[in-house]
Amino acid sequence: MDAAIHNARRRRNALATAAAFCATGIGLAGLAMILIVLFWEGFSGLSLAVFTEMTPPPGSAGGLLNAIVGSILMTVIAIAIGTPVGMLAGTYMAEYGRHEKLSSVVRFINDILLSAPSIVIGLFVYEVMVVPMGHFSGIAGAVALAVIVIPVVVRTTEDMLMLVPNTLREAAASIGLPRALMIRHIAYRAARSGIITGILLAIARISGETAPLLFTALNNQFYSHNLNAPMSSLPVVIFQFALSPYEDWQKLAWTGALIVTVSVLALSIVARALTATRKAS
Amino acid sequence: MSIATAIPSAASGRPQADPAVLRDKVAIRDLEFFYGQSKALNGITLPLYENKVTAFIGPSGCGKSTLLRVLNRMYDLYPNQRAEGQVRFDGMNIVDPGVDLNLLRARIGMVFQKPTPFPMSIYENIAFGIRLYEKLGKRELDARVEQSLRRAALWDEVKDKLNASGLGLSGGQQQRLCIARTVAVRPEVILFDEPCSALDPISTAKIEELIDELKEDYTIVIVTHNMQQAARVSDFTAFMYLGELIEFGPTDRIFTSPSDRRTQDYITGRFG
Repeated sequence: MDAAIHNARRRRNALATAAAFCATGIGLAGLAMILIVLFWEGFSGLSLAVFTEMTPPPGSAGGLLNAIVGSILMTVIAIAIGTPVGMLAGTYMAEYGRHEKLSSVVRFINDILLSAPSIVIGLFVYEVMVVPMGHFSGIAGAVALAVIVIPVVVRTTEDMLMLVPNTLREAAASIGLPRALMIRHIAYRAARSGIITGILLAIARISGETAPLLFTALNNQFYSHNLNAPMSSLPVVIFQFALSPYEDWQKLAWTGALIVTVSVLALSIVARALTATRKAS
Repeated sequence: MSIATAIPSAASGRPQADPAVLRDKVAIRDLEFFYGQSKALNGITLPLYENKVTAFIGPSGCGKSTLLRVLNRMYDLYPNQRAEGQVRFDGMNIVDPGVDLNLLRARIGMVFQKPTPFPMSIYENIAFGIRLYEKLGKRELDARVEQSLRRAALWDEVKDKLNASGLGLSGGQQQRLCIARTVAVRPEVILFDEPCSALDPISTAKIEELIDELKEDYTIVIVTHNMQQAARVSDFTAFMYLGELIEFGPTDRIFTSPSDRRTQDYITGRFG
C-alpha cells in the first residue's frame, strides 16, 4: 500500500479517536458533577426522619414520608394501568396486525405520544379528569403517569416481539399451536426480559415526572393515601422545596432528589441484570 | 411432464421402491402457488408415498421449500400467499380454506433449516406439544418425553439435564430436540426443510441416520440442497426447476438415468 495513504489514514483515525474520547469525557464529567453534588447535598440530609415524618412547614423538622408514599402509590397504579394497555397494543402490532395499515398508524401516533411534552399530558388529564371531578386527586396523577407509561411499553413490547425470530413462530405453528398460545408461551417468553426492561424504563421515566403531577395530583403536605384527594409526590415536593427560600426545605429537596435517583439507578441495574441473563442463556 | 413416465418403474433396484407396496399418503394434483401476483408453483402433480422418504431437489428459488410449506399450510402465517389445486391427505384437500390448521399441523409436522428450540427447558420443549393434545399424568408424560427423545437419538445426551434450557444445546442436539418435539405430537408425516444445512458433518450424519429410522413410522419429505444427501436418505426424488416439477421417480433412477436433460444437468453440477 502507498505509505502516504496509510499515514493519512492513521492520522485521521487518531483524530477521530481523540474526538470520541473528548466527547465521552464531556458527557461523563457532566454526569459525575451532577451525581457528586447530589450525593454531597443529599446524603447530609438523610436520616430516619426523612422516611417517617411528613413534609414540614418552613423552619421545623420533618421528612418526606407523604411524598414517598404518594410517589409509590401513583407509580404503582400508573404501571398497573399502563402496562396491560401498552403490552396488549404492542402485541397487536407485532403479532396480529403486523401487516395491517392500522399498525403503522398506531405506531406513528404512539411515537408522537412517546415524545410529547409531559406538561401537555398533564393538561390533558386536567381537562378530562380534574375539571369534571372538581378537584385535584391522586388518581388523576396516576392516570397522567399512565399516559406516559403506555407509549413506552407499547414501543418496547412491539420491538421486543419483533426481535423474536419468525422461525420460532413457525416452529410453534408446526406443532399445531394456536396463535394465542404461541404468543403467551413462546413469544412472551422469548421477549420477556426485554419487555420487563421496558416496564422498568417506564417506571424510571415517570418517577421523575413533575409537570403532569402539578396539574393533576397537585400536592399534599399531610399523609394521605386517599386517591380521591390531592396527593404528594417526590418530584413535586422537590420542585416546591428547591425553589423555596428556606434552607431546611432546600435540604429536603436534595434528599428527595437523591432518593429518586438511587431508586432509578437500582431499577436500571435490575433491568441490566435481566438483559444480561437473557444473553447468557 | 407426464406423470406416467415419472411413476416408479419395476426396473428400480431398491426393494422398498417396489411399486406394489406403495400407498399414497399425500397426493398433490395441479397445485399452483402465488406470492401476491407472482406464481411460484405451476401445475405440480406428485404423490408422497407412505413410509417413504421423498426428497425435493432443485436450484435455489425453484419452489421446493414453497411446495413443502404448502403441505402444512405454513404459508397461512403470511399475507398475500395462496395455493390453488388439490393436496389430498386422508380424504381432505389441505389447501381448502375450511381445514383446521392446528389439527393439520399436528398430523403433518415440520423440522426447519435452523434449529428452533422453544425458550424453555429440554423437558418442556417436548412436553409442551404433548400437553396440547393429551391430558397425561406425570409418569405417562415423563415416559412420552423419554420415548420422544430416544426416538430422536438424543436421550442419552440429555437425560441428566432435562431441566436445562434447550437453547444451551449444540446445534446438532438442538435439531434433534426439534425432531423429538415434532415426533412427540405423533404426526403421520414429517416435513424436513433443509434440516442439516446449519450443521456439521457428524451432526448431519446423525440426522440422516435418524430420518432412515423414522420412515418406518412416518412418511417423510425432505428439501435439500445437498444432492448427496438426497441420494443417501431418500427413496423418491422430485427435481424441480423454476416452479415446475421436472421429474419424479425412485431416487436411484433419478440419479443414474434421469429422463430429462435439465435433471441430468443439475445432478451433474452443470447448473444450480
